[in-house]
Amino acid sequence: MDPVIETRNLTKTYQVGDVAVHALRGVNLTVKKGEFLAIMGASGSGKSTLMNLIGCLDLPSSGDYFLDGRHVNSMNKNEYADIRNQKIGFVFQVFNLLPRTNALENVELPLLYDRNGRIKDPLKAAMDALKRVGLADRMDHEPSQLSGGQQQRVAIARALVNSPSIILADEPTGNLDTRTSIDIMALFQELNKQGITVVLVTHEHDIARYANRFVEMRDGLILRDVILKNRRNAAKDLVEFKREDIA
Amino acid sequence: MLQLKNLIKTAFKSIFKNRMRSLLTSLGIIIGVSAVIVMVAIGEGSQSRIEEGIQSLGTNLIVVFPGTSSSGGVSRGAGSFNRFTFADVEKISQEAMLVKGVSPIVRTGGQVIGGGNNWNTGIYGVSEDYFEIRNWELEYGEFFTERDVKTSNKVALLGKTVANQLFPDQDPVGQKVRIRNVPFLVIGILKAKGQSGMGTDQDDLILAPSTTVYYRLRGWRHVDMINASASSPDRIADAKKEIRAILRESHRINPGEEDDFTVSDQADISEAASETSRILTMLLGSIAGVSLLVGGIGIMNIMLVSVTERTREIGIRLSVGARGKDVLIQFLTEAVILSLSGGIIGILLSLGISFGLNKFTELYTVINPDIIMVSAIFSAAVGIFFGYYPARKASALNPIDALRYE
Ligand SMILES: Nc1ncnc2c1ncn2[C@@H]1O[C@H](COP(=O)(O)OP(=O)(O)OP(=O)(O)O)[C@@H](O)[C@H]1O
Ligand SMILES: [Mg+2]
Repeated sequence: MDPVIETRNLTKTYQVGDVAVHALRGVNLTVKKGEFLAIMGASGSGKSTLMNLIGCLDLPSSGDYFLDGRHVNSMNKNEYADIRNQKIGFVFQVFNLLPRTNALENVELPLLYDRNGRIKDPLKAAMDALKRVGLADRMDHEPSQLSGGQQQRVAIARALVNSPSIILADEPTGNLDTRTSIDIMALFQELNKQGITVVLVTHEHDIARYANRFVEMRDGLILRDVILKNRRNAAKDLVEFKREDIA
Repeated sequence: MLQLKNLIKTAFKSIFKNRMRSLLTSLGIIIGVSAVIVMVAIGEGSQSRIEEGIQSLGTNLIVVFPGTSSSGGVSRGAGSFNRFTFADVEKISQEAMLVKGVSPIVRTGGQVIGGGNNWNTGIYGVSEDYFEIRNWELEYGEFFTERDVKTSNKVALLGKTVANQLFPDQDPVGQKVRIRNVPFLVIGILKAKGQSGMGTDQDDLILAPSTTVYYRLRGWRHVDMINASASSPDRIADAKKEIRAILRESHRINPGEEDDFTVSDQADISEAASETSRILTMLLGSIAGVSLLVGGIGIMNIMLVSVTERTREIGIRLSVGARGKDVLIQFLTEAVILSLSGGIIGILLSLGISFGLNKFTELYTVINPDIIMVSAIFSAAVGIFFGYYPARKASALNPIDALRYE
């Protein structure tokens, strides 16, 4: 399989006053198409920093980053914006939805900036995406009128709407309860089954078990990179949960 | 350009989603613009009133005040100088070739009783020339004559206001009025002149022969002022010279000594008056300027307060693939729409206010198109700058920095 994401010696150094914070110290990571990767690691180990670089939300201090074989570092800002728009769906821990804006309009947002016109009917695409995350009946709701889990689903629908080839999720279940977390994971597993590459940061081993590959970071470096054997199925776990509820 | 229609739609949506912020921003501009326009309109209105009023004094008018003055024909008040006498007036009347009419003015004031009412007003003792010099016309009755002046006849002409106050429902002509207990026969009513440019009632006065006022009503004996008219408007300067020469002679002023009087014409007076009203306009204008500035600072405040929220919004838009330019166009459109609508509402409001002032109050306003332009452009510039500036900064950030902005 072709690598979708390939980083070579990626570093990121933040200058805080006189102190240089080395958030990444040379990360080499290759993700193949269709993989479901879970990244874990202690707080401050550089997970978010790496995700932001992969998601083209930030620029590395040094090193190379190839996305679908293209050298991203040598692109200009506009090409960068277009990659975010066309190739990547990013899901944040804090949702990052537009306030006072209903779910449908939030999901439509990326299509507003779609200059290739890949999606012919933005409204329908947004409605479909909301249906896929099970929020067909919440389209008119503003973020303040939705639960945390529902807000995260809206954010996932927004990440999906442009049919990206990669979904990046930085602690998407960090603010959610176990049941809702499994719900969200079921969604990611289904998307992954449809061929979308998923990279996910989490603090919970239980959540990481839904991935098929596991990467552990420490101090800005990759410490461990293993293929997961006993991958869990979120949809099944959910059925289990429901049975317990009834009992 | 990426679907301009979409971006403009987004801008409108954003304006309506943030109603309070939009309203406050526009309000700053509305208040600033309308305050400036109305204030300046009031200033210019009173200026034009004053100028009209001076015009109505009569174009040939020459006014002689006692005392020297350094500028503008305004008397310095009592000093060591010779007062005018009837002899001075007589000498001008006989010797000046370029003077058509000349009249002393002997001024007093006090209680007038007549028709069972009483009223406090100014009493002007003048000669028969005065009516023509100051463009007074009769509503009815007749003017007094040279003979009345010579013989100090106790006759009086009532200004419209005085007539209305004393004789609200009878014909004053032929009636007696008692001015400070001296009975006068009313022989005519003056046609109303209305308000002067300075806002005083020009019809609140009584005209009587100068000698009568001088000898019967006044406790002190001098002529307050001399009014004259030049034989034609282009002779005013020469007529003034003539009067000056005559008065210098009669006041025995040696060559090289200063005049103890001031001769001025309407141009001098209107200059002094417009000077005053110019200062008024400037004063009002600067107050208005301050309110424009305050409005601008208000806009600035609201915009800067919302920077955090807006920067996060920009971060979200950038993270889903907006280019910097897309965000800039949206914000610029928002700012232009808000400023423009605020400016237009402000202009309409000021037109309404100035119409209302003209109609329902004694203020008179003149709208100046230049001021409309200046204030509209200034406030639009403020609105656009402060709407656009945060967007400029934020759109240059990495998406992640914009998202994390605090
Ligand atoms: N904008 C920034 N400026 C300065 N230092 C930063 C910045 N962002 C991150 N860092 C530093 O970089 C290091 C890695 O941060 P990062 O957010 O990637 O950690 P993380 O692994 O995501 O942690 P967590 O699990 O708590 O989210 C930390 O030491 C952090 O303090
Ligand atoms: Mg993190």
